Amino acid sequence: MKKYTYTEKKDTRSGFGAGLLEAGQKNPEVVALCADLVGSLKMEAFIKEFPERFFQIGIAEANMIGIASGLTIGGKIPFTGTFANFSTGRVYDQIRQSVAYSDKNVKICASHAGLTLGEDGATHQILEDIGLMKMLPGMTVINPCDYNQTKAATIAIADHQGPVYLRFGRPVIPVFTDPDQKFEIGKAWMVNEGTDVTIIATGHMVWKAIEAGEKLAELGIDAEIINIHTIKPLDEEAVLKSVKKTGCVVTCEEHNKFGGLGESIARLLSTELPSPQEFVAVNDSFGESGTPDQLMTKYGLDSINIVEAVQKVIKRVKK
Amino acid sequence: MKHTIKELEDIASQVRRDIVRMVHGCQSGHPGGSLGCADFMTALYFEVMNHSSDFTMLGKDEDLFFLSNGHISPVFYSVLARSGYFETSELATFRKLNSRLQGHPTTHEGLPGIRVASGSLGQGMSVAIGAALAKKLNKDKATIFSLHGDGELQEGQNWEAIMYAPFNKVDNLIASIDYNGQQIDGPTEKVLSLENLQNKFEAFGWHVINSDGNDMEAIVKALHYAKSLTGKGKPILNLMSTQMGYGVDFMVGSHKWHGVAPNDEQLASSLKQLTSSLKDY
Repeated sequence: MKKYTYTEKKDTRSGFGAGLLEAGQKNPEVVALCADLVGSLKMEAFIKEFPERFFQIGIAEANMIGIASGLTIGGKIPFTGTFANFSTGRVYDQIRQSVAYSDKNVKICASHAGLTLGEDGATHQILEDIGLMKMLPGMTVINPCDYNQTKAATIAIADHQGPVYLRFGRPVIPVFTDPDQKFEIGKAWMVNEGTDVTIIATGHMVWKAIEAGEKLAELGIDAEIINIHTIKPLDEEAVLKSVKKTGCVVTCEEHNKFGGLGESIARLLSTELPSPQEFVAVNDSFGESGTPDQLMTKYGLDSINIVEAVQKVIKRVKK
Repeated sequence: MKHTIKELEDIASQVRRDIVRMVHGCQSGHPGGSLGCADFMTALYFEVMNHSSDFTMLGKDEDLFFLSNGHISPVFYSVLARSGYFETSELATFRKLNSRLQGHPTTHEGLPGIRVASGSLGQGMSVAIGAALAKKLNKDKATIFSLHGDGELQEGQNWEAIMYAPFNKVDNLIASIDYNGQQIDGPTEKVLSLENLQNKFEAFGWHVINSDGNDMEAIVKALHYAKSLTGKGKPILNLMSTQMGYGVDFMVGSHKWHGVAPNDEQLASSLKQLTSSLKDY
């Protein structure tokens, strides 16, 4: 198992804030919109440097999506910022008609995704957003795994023509990816090469997968770990190549097991390479109040759950 | 004036012929609101807006129009074709398979003149505001026009947009309301009353003007006046009285023709009432 270390913990939303500032410096057409959550989305640095390119919309997410769509007609590259719940479910039809169907170059940037939003509880903890967004034709869906990857992804999507959903979160987590990485949309990252099982993880679950990989190594299981940061379009080649080698897969995501990354992998494998698969994901339920760590444990999203899923899936191969 | 009032009235009559023929041709679509807005749309595209039929999405230095109540697509398509965005013969494909003239307007099939999809109601004002803000950032002095149904104002997103525009001095925007008092299930007063729209918009900080949307001279005058009010710190609202189905005697004033196609006999009767000035497609 390749050794991953970290010297600091940071929130992925701060990676977004840093990336937004850099994207704004690189391209004068980049503009930002926010629905009364500037601090939570870490947009202050962009606003300070480019006050005329920032639009405070107020608590009116539907209007924000529509205004973003209109801004693209003048050649702007709008980044909208609010919590994931209000970025997707609340404005689904606005995104569907005014952005996706209209093929507008809007970047929907969503913080506080999943259970790790914590104490605010289920009203704010969306676990369905990946599914909602990936079903829209033409929508790119990205869920980066740490501060550095989120920053790089934010910069990369400014150069990508077309609508993007960028999902990140609130808690501080280890920073373990290369600060100078080049983010390639739709390209999987090989975290660790192995032979016994393929673990595919996205977002906050990538660090958990690394922790699980270390425990599995102690148990004599050589896990291949792949980070799928771009859920759509999916790097099918990387997934098939790995599962062909290992014969089984465990998918890990901070999302409902319905509609998420796991289902995208299952769809691919069922037609191309039928293989045993286990899902580490929320079991079709809402979340609740609690600390991020407590919630990840209660809802089965810890590294131990990945280890157990691997042990289970490997047995199914041997049958 | 680019055209005399008589010329504009003749074009509007041709547009109305197009509308009833398109809706009859596919036996679906929305003739009522389309007929009611034919004068406004003709005034906009043939007289008031500075625009080029050589279409670009950006529309740099051009006035742009956004149709929020997308179901009145027949009038939009007719006016676009008649002002040269595409061949009028394509109007015959309206709502048919493989057509660029979808039931509701879309950019998806690449029809020149359309800048955003509409149909799911209540979204157009936000998009128009975004386009207006982009014009300001680009130091582009042109004006954004939009059209909204009155019943459509029951959608909450409108009021987010109506609150946003004056507070942020979006004064290069002229929004018009097709104030015909009708919606699918009956008069707006019975379905969900809009009460005093002028007071509502003024309370939000708009400069409101009133106009008669079925009097060509009046609507041209009103739109020119509205344009003279741009750049003065307030968005402009043109509260435009119209009659659903205007121009066809058996359709006028009734919500029953919101989304019903005429049969052969009704088509013949309609066409008898509408002169052809530019030749039918």
